Parts: sequence; C-alpha cells; structure tokens
Amino acid sequence: MRSRYLAAIAVGCSLLTLGGCATIPKDALVLTPDSLERRQLQTRRIDGIGESNLLSAAAGVLQDIGFNIDESETRLGVIVASKDRSAVTGSQVMGTVLLALIGAYKDFDKTQKIRVSLVTRPFVGQDGAAVPNTSLIRITIQRIVRNTSGQVTRIESIEEPAIYQEFFDKLSKSVFLEVQQI
Amino acid sequence: MKNPCMSALILAITLALPACAPSTKAVMETSQSAVALRSFQQRAFDTTDKEKTLRTVISTLQDLSFVVDKADLELGTISATKLSGYQLRMTVTVRPRGETQMLVRANAQYMDKAVEEPKPYQDFFISLEKSMFLTAHQVD
Repeated sequence: MRSRYLAAIAVGCSLLTLGGCATIPKDALVLTPDSLERRQLQTRRIDGIGESNLLSAAAGVLQDIGFNIDESETRLGVIVASKDRSAVTGSQVMGTVLLALIGAYKDFDKTQKIRVSLVTRPFVGQDGAAVPNTSLIRITIQRIVRNTSGQVTRIESIEEPAIYQEFFDKLSKSVFLEVQQI
Repeated sequence: MKNPCMSALILAITLALPACAPSTKAVMETSQSAVALRSFQQRAFDTTDKEKTLRTVISTLQDLSFVVDKADLELGTISATKLSGYQLRMTVTVRPRGETQMLVRANAQYMDKAVEEPKPYQDFFISLEKSMFLTAHQVD
C-alpha cells in the first residue's frame, strides 16, 4: 500500500516538473525543405484582380464555408477567421460503444476549433516591380480538437493537399464573381 | 492527517508546485533582465519600409507553419500561433530605428512558458533574413 503511494508521489512530481519545464522543440523556428513544399501547396497566384478586391472575394469564400472573421488588417492583406464544429467520427463512437458493452468508458473527440489565416501580397515580377492586378494568396489552417471530457486531444496544422485545392477552386469562382460584379 | 503517506503526498506536491507553477507572481515574472532579453529578441534591418517588413514577417511566420492571430500596420505588430502537437505563440513588432533602419523584435511563449533562451530567436531571425534578402544586424 505504502509503495503504491510512493509510486504515485514519484509520478506526480515528475509530471509537475516536466509540465513546467518543457522546452521549445529544436526545429520549431527553422525553415526546412518541407517549408517550401508547404508554401507551394498553400499559395496561389491570382491574375486579373487587385489586392483589396481579392481580399473581399476571399472573405466571401470563408463565409461560404462557414467561417467567422476574427481579425483583419487589409493594409497588410490579412484576414483571420475561425469556426467551431463537431469532431465526432463514426469509428471513435463505435469504439466507445463497444468498450461500454464490457463496462469500460472511453472519451471520444467531440468538438474542434478550426482557424485559418489568409494573407495576400502583391506579385513581384522578375524585374522586382509589382505586377498590376496580380496577387499571391496564401492560407494556413490549424485546429484544436477536444474530447467529451473537454480535454485537448489534437493540436495540429492541417496540411491535406485536397483541402487547399478545394479552397482555391472555390476562390477562383468567387474571384470571377467579384470581377464580374455579380 | 494520520496517514503518513497522505502527508508525504501533500508535502511533495507543496514542494513541487512553487518551482513550476507560481500564480500571480507570474504576472511580472521574467528569468532575465530586459537588456539580456532584447539582445537576442531584436535585430535591425537596413530598410525604412515598415509595411514591407511586416508583410515579410507574416510570410516568414506562414513558412514556419504559423496561423496569424492579429496584425496591425499602425502599431507594427503581428501575433501568430503554431500548433504542431504543441502550442507556440509569437508576437513580432516592427518600428523605425533611426533614419535608415527598422527594428524587429520577437517574443514567444511555448505552451505555458516564456521562451527566454537565445537559440529559437536566432533561428527565427535566420528564417526572416532569407525572406527579407537583408542581413539582420545585432543591436546593442
């Protein structure tokens, strides 16, 4: 009995120490070859529309997919948006149900907060001058997932190429509507 | 409090807590002097273009997988968060230094701790230099 308490004390102390003293990962602020790949995945060049109109068109796309705008600074080409959605998946719920049958309980993912920052900048040509009516747009997406007990289970950047592709497809349509003033 | 194990547990927790989790003490807390912090948290760049510097800071942060939280041209500040199994939050400020330079200062928090060692900031300024196409000068 006594040794069990002592073990609990030891584990408790090491957790407290670790939690308070964890340091930043070595590569957190270092550019890697992956960085360039991600940049290409997350960036598109849009022709035929000025930067501020592109921002309006992009804000429209964010609204189309249910994001609310949290922050914006159009002079720097920045829009920040987020949405709270369900994170429940069939497989996790099924796992919880099966465990419940044998009397055990397991939390499953319940909610997620998805954040996106959308940044435009003027496209600069080979000669170093900004090309009129041409901009680059880059989005980065991340999410925090919480389970049925409210604990954070995932804290990650979203990097699936299909998601970015779909966003930029929607953006092309929105830019078209913006240019046509529809 | 008859159980000696219970007393030991409470004692252990009490001893462990002050070292790792100060409460209101944390408001004004810092492990280093302002001078020491600034020596590695700030660099000067040979440009007077505040907007371009801020835009480059934003794109560097995006290169490093950050999502922007706030941006303000007037104040010259950008805040952003990186989520990658951990949470890293950064604020970068840009302001003029003399007639020919912009001063860029960064500060970061990793999970629930301030980042107060030089290496991560050196990494950040190396990344920023590459996007700025300018050298980051040490400021004394």
